Amino acid sequence: MNQIYLDYNATSPVRPEVLEVMLPFYMEQFGNPSSVHWAGRQVSGALEKAREQVASLINASPAEIVFVSCGSEGDNMAIKGSLDPLKEKGNHIITTAVEHPAVLETCEALEKDGYEVTYLPVSKDGQLDLADLEKAITDKTILISIMWANNETGNLYPIEEIGKIAKKYNIRFHTDAVQAVGKIPVDVQKANLDLLVISGHKIGAPKGVGAIYIRRGTRMKSFMHGGHQERNRRAGTQNVAGIVGLGKACEMAASEQKDYYKRVRAMRDRLEDGVLSQVPDIKLNGTPDRDDRLPNTLNVSFAYIEGESLLLNLDMFGIAASSGSACTSGSLEPSHVMGAMCVEVTLAHSSTRFSLGPETTEEEIDKVLEVLPATVQRLRDMSPLYNCGKTAEGCETCETVRRI
Amino acid sequence: MYTDKVMDHFTNPRNVGEIENANGVGEVGNASCGDIMKIFLKVEDNIIQDVKFKTFGCGAAIATSSMVTEMAIGKTIDEALELSNQAVAEALDGLPAQKMHCSNLAADALHEAIKNYKAGNG
Repeated sequence: MNQIYLDYNATSPVRPEVLEVMLPFYMEQFGNPSSVHWAGRQVSGALEKAREQVASLINASPAEIVFVSCGSEGDNMAIKGSLDPLKEKGNHIITTAVEHPAVLETCEALEKDGYEVTYLPVSKDGQLDLADLEKAITDKTILISIMWANNETGNLYPIEEIGKIAKKYNIRFHTDAVQAVGKIPVDVQKANLDLLVISGHKIGAPKGVGAIYIRRGTRMKSFMHGGHQERNRRAGTQNVAGIVGLGKACEMAASEQKDYYKRVRAMRDRLEDGVLSQVPDIKLNGTPDRDDRLPNTLNVSFAYIEGESLLLNLDMFGIAASSGSACTSGSLEPSHVMGAMCVEVTLAHSSTRFSLGPETTEEEIDKVLEVLPATVQRLRDMSPLYNCGKTAEGCETCETVRRI
Repeated sequence: MYTDKVMDHFTNPRNVGEIENANGVGEVGNASCGDIMKIFLKVEDNIIQDVKFKTFGCGAAIATSSMVTEMAIGKTIDEALELSNQAVAEALDGLPAQKMHCSNLAADALHEAIKNYKAGNG
């Protein structure tokens, strides 16, 4: 059976070109980049090359790039590392209700430590109202942390506009750009960003490596204490091979960006058009304006059925997707993103995300479109909610279970 | 994460549907936790002649519903009332720990249907 992987927002395979440049750094060029001898010198150059490759993709300077172990570490570092240097100014953070847990859980933990956090609401389409952002700003606001692209819906947030607001009020600005980098143009100068986080494994580099952009002159408190690596900003011997891989993946993303967008968007649009026209009673989660969404992401809820059972059925055909259902998260509540968007609770349980990659083919999309309608119907025929007079409309009163 | 038996009942669920002249119907679960199970009974002479189910829920919810219908057919209503969620899970060779509470409600739905039958024939 052919395997069809449509979960690239979860992770992506390491690209062959990336693996190829990484391999010498395991056995041949194994040195510690902090060492002065030949073995160390062999690898320190590779580290700096990778720094340039990452910086170039986001229009930063190499000195502004710090390598970390993953996106979550970068987000934790960006937020927690900003608190101490700005404590004289205040203790208020503004973020959104739809952030990745790496930001959301960090902010929730900080609330317990006495920090004030504003979670900006989103519309039913998952969009932000920037008037809400300006209203939330106080003279105690020290950080705005808003993701560039939402991992579940693919919604893009107006980072450049937010950057202007941050500049106007002189507030530090962080974005979790894990889903955006490599998929759409990302420019830290245009967006007036102080902090931006990248994850390797979302863009064809391995798991266990990421990077944070820290604008020159941005004071940060060390998050990890130890040696003097990364200009004293992140202790610990660098994951050289992973970093070399991340650099290569960024270089490839930069050169392929336009082609990638066109190609993957055509595939996603083919899937979206097919699903919307072939399956009745479904709800698109996220903005219907496809220009305001990542080119690779489609999130839909299939009324009357539950997400995990749909995923298991698709899995039998070799199709890998993901769901906002509680059953796939290990909790009893469906996705907080669906909750923040006021998606009716059974629809939240059935939200299904298809996230495409550069390798996704037309044949694969057509196979999904062949299998999906019948699979959905089979589960609907089993559902007590189907054909019982209830409609699949969204809720009016927002009774949805919400974590925030 | 699921046993072969769970996957078997999930992919080929037994007794899916409704009974037109059911004399006992029970529903448990709620939408917010993602599982709703509805059981239809045909009881004659205190014996469950037919059981059907409709379920909205995850793989475990569908498999336990299917299993409970197989276990209940032919039993007296008193015997069927002895069936526990635990017994259903065991008949499926177990469920993942996080599913034991949220998706293991099929015996409860059966009991509700029996109560409904008793109320109608009391």
